[in-house]
Amino acid sequence: MNLRVRLRPLLFIAVLLVIWEIAARRQSAHLLPGPWGVVGGIADLVRHGLLLKYVVASLFRVTWGFLLAAVLAIPLGLTIGWYRRAEMAFNPIIQILRPISPLAWIPIAILWFGVGDLSAVFLIFIGSFFPLLLTAINAAESVPAVYVNAGRNFGLSPGRLVYQILYPAVIPQLIVGLRITLGVAWLVVVAAEMIAVNSGLGFLIVDARNAGNRYDLVVAGMVIIGVIGLLLDIGMRSLERAKSFRWGYSED
Amino acid sequence: MITRAQPRKWERIYWPLLASGLLLVLWHYFVIWTTTRIFPSPLEVEKGIGELLRHHVLWGDIADSLRRVAVGFGIAALLGIPVGLALGWFSAANHVVNPVMQILRPISPIAWIPIAIILFGVGDGAAVFLIFLGAFFPIVVACINGVSNVPPVFRRSGRNFGLTAPQLLARVIFPAALPQILIGLRIALGIAWLVVVAAEMIAVDSGLGYLVIDSRNSGKRYDLVIAAILLIGVIGLILDLGFRCMERIRSVRWGFRNES
Amino acid sequence: MVLVKESVAARALKTKLSVENVSMTFRRDGKSMPVFENINLEVADGEFVCLLGPSGCGKTTLLNVMAGFLSPTSGSIQVDGEVVSGPDPRRIYVFQERGVFPWLTVEGNIGFGLFKLPPTEREMRIAHYVRMVGLQGFEKVYPQELSGGMKQRVEVARALAVNPDMLFLDEPFGALDSITRLVMRGELLRIWEAERKTIIFVTHDIDEAVQLADRVVVMSARPGTIQQIVNIDIPHPRDISSAHYLELRDGIFQQIGLAHKI
Repeated sequence: MNLRVRLRPLLFIAVLLVIWEIAARRQSAHLLPGPWGVVGGIADLVRHGLLLKYVVASLFRVTWGFLLAAVLAIPLGLTIGWYRRAEMAFNPIIQILRPISPLAWIPIAILWFGVGDLSAVFLIFIGSFFPLLLTAINAAESVPAVYVNAGRNFGLSPGRLVYQILYPAVIPQLIVGLRITLGVAWLVVVAAEMIAVNSGLGFLIVDARNAGNRYDLVVAGMVIIGVIGLLLDIGMRSLERAKSFRWGYSED
Repeated sequence: MITRAQPRKWERIYWPLLASGLLLVLWHYFVIWTTTRIFPSPLEVEKGIGELLRHHVLWGDIADSLRRVAVGFGIAALLGIPVGLALGWFSAANHVVNPVMQILRPISPIAWIPIAIILFGVGDGAAVFLIFLGAFFPIVVACINGVSNVPPVFRRSGRNFGLTAPQLLARVIFPAALPQILIGLRIALGIAWLVVVAAEMIAVDSGLGYLVIDSRNSGKRYDLVIAAILLIGVIGLILDLGFRCMERIRSVRWGFRNES
Repeated sequence: MVLVKESVAARALKTKLSVENVSMTFRRDGKSMPVFENINLEVADGEFVCLLGPSGCGKTTLLNVMAGFLSPTSGSIQVDGEVVSGPDPRRIYVFQERGVFPWLTVEGNIGFGLFKLPPTEREMRIAHYVRMVGLQGFEKVYPQELSGGMKQRVEVARALAVNPDMLFLDEPFGALDSITRLVMRGELLRIWEAERKTIIFVTHDIDEAVQLADRVVVMSARPGTIQQIVNIDIPHPRDISSAHYLELRDGIFQQIGLAHKI
């Protein structure tokens, strides 16, 4: 019985693939590929050595932009969240900048960094910075006062207070925030590559269409994007499960 | 040591004004110091905003962007809420559908642009489709979580009073899940606003996103670029605040922690 | 089988609920945990019975089985001669105040089970029970603005409004402070005397059981069995300092194996 239940999602996916294949074959214009066409597209990419190259390019940009944002946003956010006046001071600015799509920054990115890797990294940085900042602010604000008071009761110096109370208290929330923001960064890199650079999975999608209507490559690119995004998410979730962080999460 | 003294009321205005003022001053002097001729100073941006407001094209662009968001978000909500509630209620169905959602979710709506253009051509249809894609998944996920987080006490009480399953869903599960559904809707609206701007930069030729790109392309008017960017931020903020007002309605207010 | 002391008076009245050789075992990950075994009990119509025991003796599970939310592993529950197969509006289970619906006002909560009635009658009933639990003036108030005791009253009113035959109360006053608890006990008795429902009340508080019940079913833990049934034959209002009260109470203390000195 257990096996049958486990197979159901796969069955569902199989049914969807069949429907997709039928729909693709019935097109008059024969532009969009069916699943089989996508597989062919992926094989094509592998044969030309492009798959690995593009995946690495996209991952490279995500990593740099994301890490840069994390290194800046987290300490800044924790500080702002810790001091109420700082939060009051910066909140309006953050609230206005936050709803701006990273892509809207493209003209500025190109102005400052030209077309290329640096622009893409900058866009990913912007897209990751504000969510991480807000997560850190939120995490610092929600450290229960009892913990802080206990720390002060035991005579902890400010430095130790940060290290032994603030840091462990915020880690679970930060890790969740990092996971969600990594997902956002992955979305941004694809979009950024469609506009501002000449390599990567996003570029693949745009280029495949422009240089010959290779929609099988377009959809192949989308599938790969989805799979890698999913793997990144799973990877981060296993970090959440690491024993020393587990206390911060309720039993699912 | 940390100042834990309670901030006074006037400080709520003082500090943000101070910080924003300082930022504007820094910006102004940065422009002067680097003697850039392209990057605008705050004053130039302000003039740019005035220019945009005077030219009626701005209002048309804002209306276009908002309209696309309204339609795309509306469809996403109309479809997503029932689907999410159903998946939350029938956990077996959720088990089956979830892997597919997990694969589709990390694909940026922007990556769908070529497909969107094939299906809908360049224009509103493509933009609405992309917005729908961006808003749909957060709404469904929020509904699923909302339903599964309904405390079992409520379900049991409902059954005890003789409610049938449809009645239970309508009179207990839905109201109990509503706060979480609203949060999901608010987040989805924020995403919709991000997507519409991005979509307008690539796939359509009107709207605020298009204004950003066009200002640069047709004359390197970076003052207009930044003016448009700030406008995007402000409108997005207004949308978010508007939604938060809904969260204060009394029959859902219980679900939200008191926000200071 | 356990020897039970059943009072003559109880047998003379009609039996409302009968527990026949009921046992419950939970199976989890291949291991089986017996919760309670061989419970036999007859509750008369209009009686107030307390299930008393320490945590883990299965009394809440037994209450759930009696109310029809769980099926026993063996044995059956019968109410008015019919076997209980599920929850029913004639037998309302009252949780601690967390069972109150936060999205409805006091009125909305109390009227929740009355959806089959015409509006005028519904309003009348709601008003009646609002008065009965002493919440006049709070009809349009939402639960988050009420104290724990008030929320508990809302829940009791909600249960009573549908005019059930039986009430199952699961440590309803557990989350309240001890002063409010005393007040609420008095209120509950007042309501019970006005409407004479059959009440089964779970508690771990010995005093509470002796103050409220006609009979106290003392349960032992792991697996739960009925250790003794004590008949409290003091008429209401009970003087909680009287010799007889203390005698009955200390008897139960001894049964459970506690000293009554701290």
